[in-house]
Amino acid sequence: MWTFFHKMASPPHFFRVAKTLIPWLAIPGYALLAYGVFAGLFLAPADYQQKDAFRIIYVHVPAAYLSMMAYMIMAIAGGIGLIWRMKLAHAVAASAAPIGVTFTFLALATGSIWGRPMWGTWWEWGDPRLMSELILLFLYIGYIALRSAIDDTAKADKASAVLALVGAINVPIIHFSVEWWSSLHQGPTLVREGGPAMDPAMLYPLLAMIFGSSLVFGSMLLRRIRAEVLRRERRTRWVKELVLSPGGRR
Amino acid sequence: MKARQQRMLAVGLAVTGLAIAAGLTLRAFKDNMMFFVSVSEVIAGEYPHERNFRVGGLVVEGSIERADGSLDVRFLVTDLRCEMPVEYTGVLPDLFREGQGVVAHGRMEQNVFIADEVLAKHDENYMAPEVAESMAKHVEDKTAALRESGTECLTG
Repeated sequence: MWTFFHKMASPPHFFRVAKTLIPWLAIPGYALLAYGVFAGLFLAPADYQQKDAFRIIYVHVPAAYLSMMAYMIMAIAGGIGLIWRMKLAHAVAASAAPIGVTFTFLALATGSIWGRPMWGTWWEWGDPRLMSELILLFLYIGYIALRSAIDDTAKADKASAVLALVGAINVPIIHFSVEWWSSLHQGPTLVREGGPAMDPAMLYPLLAMIFGSSLVFGSMLLRRIRAEVLRRERRTRWVKELVLSPGGRR
Repeated sequence: MKARQQRMLAVGLAVTGLAIAAGLTLRAFKDNMMFFVSVSEVIAGEYPHERNFRVGGLVVEGSIERADGSLDVRFLVTDLRCEMPVEYTGVLPDLFREGQGVVAHGRMEQNVFIADEVLAKHDENYMAPEVAESMAKHVEDKTAALRESGTECLTG
């Protein structure tokens, strides 16, 4: 068990394992997305009150879910990096941020597009769900800015890990914002007492989109970590050997 | 204690401390975090008197009155305990209808809420129209039952 973790923490080993892992995530991920998009747009019935406009849920919910998931990965990896001084963990955190900020922007943008016809507004200042998700966007931007502002990688790792951990408190706030306070945003449809409040014909495509985009997210994250590991280890022998080996740059 | 355990303790304590601090702060500002107040709160006078605010509730069945030739509309909102009248001039969102959740922004004037913005709030239920039809009765019955029961909250 522990030897497995120690091996995974070794950059050259992780670099190789990640490469074989990527297609195992990406292929089923894109397949699920293909099914989800088709079923969500054509097979699922229109909603009784939102009609066809509800279908943006198939992008909005996975994006919002991954915006929080990526942040938790970033914060936990940062914490592991701080406590165990594991360089690979910091590489994971650094790689998760740009993907996370993209999903956060996507969640805010699709939410805004959805809000205009349904609620009657693009954006409402002061709504707890909208505000906490916006703060998440700013946390990501601050995290990326902080990293790029510090030249020394070890120092950047430490400082940004602290920021990620401090900001992690926002993630449960986002999730529970619609339960703790009054909000224009609806309550949770999927994670609620009594099971999902959704027609199964609408639910399965949504689950496919959530799992599919999570797998694709995983494959993107691994790709980024591989690049990040190479950059960080550029002066080590194994990277030099890798580059110089026949059929190199693998 | 090893250095690693010290770091673990430091990170653990810092995160716990922050969580408690955030929890206390949010509790202290609970009222300011509310996007809208409920109808019962407005009736009880628990709303900001000196500025505009938002009130949320369901549109009471059969209460929508439109003035001919204008965009003026008057309706009752309820939180299933109390109800109050809302007046608004303007375009309403597509989802606005009887039994539907709304959030209105405006001010109180002589027990009438004068709204300058009315937003529709939809719930977390998603279903096909056929399924919804059989369930639609439910909401109607709820707001209708309230009207008939005539709770102590009813004000004109």
